[in-house]
Amino acid sequence: MDLSVVRKGSGPQILVLHGGDGPVDRFPFADRLAEKFEIIQPVHPGFAGTPIPEHFDNLQDLIFLYLDLIDHLNLSDAILMGFSMGGWAAAEIAAINTQRFSKLFLVDSVGIKVGGPFDRDIADVFATSAAELTGLSWHDPSKAPDPNSMTDEELQVFASDRIAHGLYTWEPYMHNPKLPYRLHRIDIPTLLIWGAGDGVVTPTYGEAFRDMIPGAKMVVIPDAAHSPHVEQPEAFAKAFLEFASK
Amino acid sequence: MKTWFFTEDAYPNLPDDETYESVRVNLPNKHFDPVLGADLYNMYLDMWGAADEMGLEIMLNEHHQTATCVLPAAPIALGVLARETKKARLLILGNPIVNRKQPIRVAEEMAYIDVLSRGRLDCGFVRGVPYEIAPANAYPYRGSEKLWEAHDLIMKAWTHHDGPFNFEGRWFHARQVNIWPRPYQQPHPPVWVTMGSAGSAAQVAQRKHIGAVFLAGYPGIRRLFDGYREGFLQAHGEEAPLDRLAYAAIVCVGENEKEAENGTEKLLWYIRSNKVAPQFNNPPGYHPPAVSANIIRGPRPGEPDRRDPRLETQKARGNVFSGTPDQVFQQIKNFWEYSGGFGHLLMMGQAGFMTYDETLKSMKLFTEEVYPRLKELTASYDAGVMKEIRSSRPDVESVDTGLLASEFVR
Repeated sequence: MDLSVVRKGSGPQILVLHGGDGPVDRFPFADRLAEKFEIIQPVHPGFAGTPIPEHFDNLQDLIFLYLDLIDHLNLSDAILMGFSMGGWAAAEIAAINTQRFSKLFLVDSVGIKVGGPFDRDIADVFATSAAELTGLSWHDPSKAPDPNSMTDEELQVFASDRIAHGLYTWEPYMHNPKLPYRLHRIDIPTLLIWGAGDGVVTPTYGEAFRDMIPGAKMVVIPDAAHSPHVEQPEAFAKAFLEFASK
Repeated sequence: MKTWFFTEDAYPNLPDDETYESVRVNLPNKHFDPVLGADLYNMYLDMWGAADEMGLEIMLNEHHQTATCVLPAAPIALGVLARETKKARLLILGNPIVNRKQPIRVAEEMAYIDVLSRGRLDCGFVRGVPYEIAPANAYPYRGSEKLWEAHDLIMKAWTHHDGPFNFEGRWFHARQVNIWPRPYQQPHPPVWVTMGSAGSAAQVAQRKHIGAVFLAGYPGIRRLFDGYREGFLQAHGEEAPLDRLAYAAIVCVGENEKEAENGTEKLLWYIRSNKVAPQFNNPPGYHPPAVSANIIRGPRPGEPDRRDPRLETQKARGNVFSGTPDQVFQQIKNFWEYSGGFGHLLMMGQAGFMTYDETLKSMKLFTEEVYPRLKELTASYDAGVMKEIRSSRPDVESVDTGLLASEFVR
């Protein structure tokens, strides 16, 4: 099958798995990272105007697609970094096998459930009004994507992204109940980067995630919410570069 | 033309709509008074009972987490009516088989009602409206494929009588299917499916099921019915019979125009009260991207608002048939000819605060003065003549209902 892959910069490789908002290579933080690294970002099928393969049903299809991609690219000592839903996919991949990776970064990641059945650990982004979702996702609401300022084509991509986002995350919602029993297999240095004001998955959720991965560290970025890489690119790049160079 | 009386079983006693975000999905049920609810449920069952006595057929539907329709399990009400009614056909339109996780259970419930009523069941299957997605927690993408997979399983469960069979589909799994009871009607009860696009209409036609359209009006009806007719002709090499198509509209008949107008204003509660928050109206995967994008954007300046709840607008659009018996007949006849014809009228005859007496008066006037003429109309149906009538009339968005009535008088 066809897979769209964005490559940017040169240097040690970072496999970047974007979140439900779509590809992240256009943001300034990616330019900063691309000064020293090569960013390799597959576009999850269904995002950015690409089709959803007929046999795709959920995140597992994405995970196995990327296991193939990782072999195909013959990655070695690469960094694996995922954002939100992409962080979930990255954690799943790392729990399967870390042989081709040197470090793991999870940014405001979903993927586990930490509370009981009645606890809403992860905001129900598909049943939340646009205004409320902006409040949960952004420290500075003016950074949120604004459908009113989009062209018809951009808006259609925005709508398609939501469909793909739903496909990968619907039920169990944004998590794999089995993942907590597998995260102990991750044996590479892992850093969680979190926006202090994230209301989609809170820093407390991030701490629980961190505690399930042996030796994992966490950096909380102030004045940011669910997308610290967008809201605080400098602080984000600094946290990334420091841990990557260790 | 068979006419099916239905009411959505509304709970109309709502707080000021400025005080809540959405009548669907998240309106707290503290606003539902069970004592009043008991009165309403009994009244609605009585209305269906009256329909049976008048010679109308009966239709029920279900919705979830909404005051607009507090019947969340239509098969239960249908079970009551299977005992309480004597002659009427009992149509459920329908079972939301995309959202229900056990098609076999649906097959069993429907078989039970068919047997209990001695073969009076008409069984509908629907994909469901977008605001049903959150209550069902069902991801709506590929909803049409799921509908047909569940449908295939139910049809075989109804018609296979030689012990267990196996079903392992993409979405549904049942390895020992052998339902008891089997349906009363052989080989199975009539099946109805709602149609929202020409493509979905063709799929219904391929299976020779009855295709039903809700409130598509003049702007939408030809596209849908033509989709069905073309699909039928292609699949079966013959014209679709009239009784394969159904149209649902709001219907109110009065002794005079004023009385009909008063009743219809009450019925329009159904449209006016449907305040839906955008996140429930546009769940990811329900609509194709272009449609979803349009909902996110909202209406463009100058674009007609199809949900404009004014009586005259809804009448002109063919969503409401309202007036004296003569006027209502003429409105239906005009729409019927424009659409190319249909064999079933689904009559939303009660909504909102319309009382029992008001509802029955309108039903009675319909039954005595409109229904016989509609039956004559459909009995006179000739496919060739209909084609001529249809082709002589251009596509329209609305009609002048005042002109219709005066033409009839002349």
